[in-house]
Amino acid sequence: MKWDEFFVTGEPMIYAADVSIVLVSLAIVIGLTYFKKWGYLWREWLTTVDHKKIGIMYILSALIMLFRGGVDALLMRAQLAVPDNKILDAQHYNEIFTTHGVIMILFMAMPFVIGMMNVVVPLQIGARDVAFPRLNAVSFWMFFMGAMLFNISFVIGGSPDAGWSAYFPLASLEFSPTVGNNYYSLALQISGIGTLMTGVNFIVTILKMRAPGMKLMRMPMFTWSVLITNVIILFAFPVLTVALALMMFDRVFGSQFFTMANGGMDMLWANLFWVWGHPEVYIVILPAFGIFSDVISTFSKKNLYGYKSMVISMVAISVLSFLVWAHHFYTMGQGAMVNGFFSITTMAIAVPTGVKIFNWLFTLRKGKISFTSPMMYAMGFIPIFTIGGVTGVMLAMASADYQYHNTMFLVAHFHYVLIPGTVFGVLAGMHYWFPKMFGFRLNERLAKTAFWLIIVGFNVAFMPLFFLGLNGMTRRMYTYSANTGFGPLNMIATIGALVLAIGFVVLCYNFFYSFRHSPRNEGGDPWDARTLEWSTPSPVPVYNFAKVPVVKDEDAFWHAKKHNVPLYEEGPYEEIHMPNNSGQPFILGVIMFFLGFFLVFSWFIPAIIAGIGVVVMLAVRSFERDHGYHISPKEIAATEQKLRGDTV
Amino acid sequence: MKKKRWLFSLIFISIVMLLSGCDTKLMVLDPKGPVAKTQSNTIIFSILMMALVLIVVYILYIFMLTKYRASKTPDDYEPPHMEGSKWLEFIWTAIPIIIVAILSVVTVRTTYAVEKVPAGYEDQKPLVIYAASSNWKWHFSYPEEGIETVNYVNIPTHRPVEFRLYSYGPISSFWVPQLGGQKYAMSDMITKLNLVAEHEGSYMGKNSNFSGKGFAQMEFEVLAQSPADYTKWVKEVQQTAPKLTEQEFNTVLHTDFVGRKSYSSTHLGFAPAPEGDMAGHHHGGDSSEKSKESGTDSEDHMQDMGDMKDMNDHSSMEHGH
Repeated sequence: MKWDEFFVTGEPMIYAADVSIVLVSLAIVIGLTYFKKWGYLWREWLTTVDHKKIGIMYILSALIMLFRGGVDALLMRAQLAVPDNKILDAQHYNEIFTTHGVIMILFMAMPFVIGMMNVVVPLQIGARDVAFPRLNAVSFWMFFMGAMLFNISFVIGGSPDAGWSAYFPLASLEFSPTVGNNYYSLALQISGIGTLMTGVNFIVTILKMRAPGMKLMRMPMFTWSVLITNVIILFAFPVLTVALALMMFDRVFGSQFFTMANGGMDMLWANLFWVWGHPEVYIVILPAFGIFSDVISTFSKKNLYGYKSMVISMVAISVLSFLVWAHHFYTMGQGAMVNGFFSITTMAIAVPTGVKIFNWLFTLRKGKISFTSPMMYAMGFIPIFTIGGVTGVMLAMASADYQYHNTMFLVAHFHYVLIPGTVFGVLAGMHYWFPKMFGFRLNERLAKTAFWLIIVGFNVAFMPLFFLGLNGMTRRMYTYSANTGFGPLNMIATIGALVLAIGFVVLCYNFFYSFRHSPRNEGGDPWDARTLEWSTPSPVPVYNFAKVPVVKDEDAFWHAKKHNVPLYEEGPYEEIHMPNNSGQPFILGVIMFFLGFFLVFSWFIPAIIAGIGVVVMLAVRSFERDHGYHISPKEIAATEQKLRGDTV
Repeated sequence: MKKKRWLFSLIFISIVMLLSGCDTKLMVLDPKGPVAKTQSNTIIFSILMMALVLIVVYILYIFMLTKYRASKTPDDYEPPHMEGSKWLEFIWTAIPIIIVAILSVVTVRTTYAVEKVPAGYEDQKPLVIYAASSNWKWHFSYPEEGIETVNYVNIPTHRPVEFRLYSYGPISSFWVPQLGGQKYAMSDMITKLNLVAEHEGSYMGKNSNFSGKGFAQMEFEVLAQSPADYTKWVKEVQQTAPKLTEQEFNTVLHTDFVGRKSYSSTHLGFAPAPEGDMAGHHHGGDSSEKSKESGTDSEDHMQDMGDMKDMNDHSSMEHGH
């Protein structure tokens, strides 16, 4: 590695990025120092083990990554707007679509849904935190440092450029000699380990920490979706861990698992990647289904229709999600029988998904539907996602897929699934639970303006891609000539992307607007909602529940409100045992960042030192005695008095 | 809600405009051979089935949203508690299962059909053409005719063509939309794709699987000629084109963009395709390199790295033809 290759050079856009990174970092440092906020930052956020704060940090990171991935998307759309465009060259375009894919899936969708889980699940099941609060903080910092490591690649060393699926042998040292794909293997590995630990944490939390009376079949649908999601994580992520480790051995240590020569098997990577990659799709979509279930039920003023079949269909989806991976490469030549099998399993997923759609529609029936911003996203989701779903069935048909594979048709399909599914889901959840997190609601007028911009922009941006695909335009091509006839539809798509981007700008502006103008005293239950989290004051005190609630029915809080029965047992407050904050997860994350960074550049001596640092941190934790702290009944009474204005 | 109706009409109008705006038919739905025809029919059938599903969902959706909005119900209306309905849930599980079953039958039958030599052409001896990809070109070898072309391939109409695909590098995907769906070309094995052209004409072919910097330009022309014209063309190439030497082949292999080329011999003699004894995972690589270099792994590796550097030096990204 020569020093002139260390920093990415030669691109005015990159220099602009360098300058802006330095300026923003300086502004943050100066701002924190000027307002004397370093201590606050360390005590309240960097060392926190509170699931609500960790959730907020996840969501904030996801929003920042949404911005980064969105800029990538706009650059791609700008390049493709007209034939033979020269805004980006091939290399730059390849890096951008690779980072767009990786960031949107792993560093935007994943942390957004995990952030939602963190904020909401303990509150929904009546728990005071997750099962392993310290581990939860480690999960977050692993994710965050992985994301940061991935993001610095575009100014230091160069970004990965072999697609988000990083197919070998293209991603091997032979065809991708820059460090870009080293970043890919290490950054994803670090954040992937964090995700795996999240999976363990939430399964234990949901199985062991539910409030008395909350049987499994009384859990809110979002909690159910999170449980199933985390089971998928537990089975799918180890595959990614192994695949990425082999990839790193190939690229950093010269092994030959996936290379062209010496017995490497390029298609082994594709199989391993999609054995993880397809369940991953359901990891980001199922929690969104859960959010929609809660939102639709709340704003129709009705219980969820077909609760049992909702649960069964999610379990069915989770099982089937592991049986469909080969549909990502029907064209590998494995023959009609194998393809037939995977076609049928793939189409079978449409059945439980269809059940869910109809259950949502019948939840609306005889309801009292109010069109709040979360409900708007849920109602936008149903018609658009159904288009994504039916085109998914079309893609599942192997013979036809030979014509769709690798085309813009496929690109249109998965954006029609992921944007109305996952993105609308987390946006619905964000608008819905925002008052629970911060104590005030987002402005409805601005939220709805953003919604309409997003929904119109989305359809204008992605509908044309179906037709471009059928007309022979493949994905990942950085340019096309005028005589292909791809020009007009691409121009329409680019205009749509701009509208979509404006929608997201309005959505973010709403944070600032609402922070200044929204009323603060709306109580703990501004939506007249149904589940336990709304029985707490907003914002939620650190211990969540002053007394552990006793659950008597599905939609426990609604039951208590309607039948005017107390949610908590009578009697005085008892002492609450809470975990201590710790700086160790953050420090471990920083060391992991450097370990990854040194390995990216094959600087083995510093890497070994960082590796020893990781072991030391684990040892420190192993021999640490930390029994947490207790909140006295007096303190609880005072807090509750302040937050609720009365005693419970 | 007015906005919603307005939005739907906007979407509808834009779809109609998109459909009518195309003067020529969409390529995939304008087949010129039996394989693409089968696929086009499958696609249209599935679109119709799926349109049915969409219509049912949309009607229910619009009905629920217009009838049960809060503004239309009295203030004291309390929505009932509904557990679900066994019958309704049975119906919307059973009907999708039936739809999926129908589509499964269609899928399996058509998948077998497009993998085989197209119906009606089984008796003819197929024309075998080896199609190998390298960064960023396509090499077509006609072993029986003893000719080789680069970036274009001529075929006779009404005769089955068996393309044997492999790659000198990243995985690529051989796709001629108007003749039939694609298939991967990989370095350590060959895959077979059976196509027939039933109409004379020039068709766009391309690599559809991302393979690096020159991917967007990795196109080729498929010229379907009448059998007589085709034979004439083969003779012409055999008589006028130069022989393909090993040295020339290696030069072409390591040049990013070469345009069209024709030769009166193939590379299969000195650089066989990865099939039969030559298949397997020990063979992927750059076989021409292997035949010269019998060094250790690390030397091989250095060589490959060197090649990459050379490739990077070709900064011009001009279109070959």
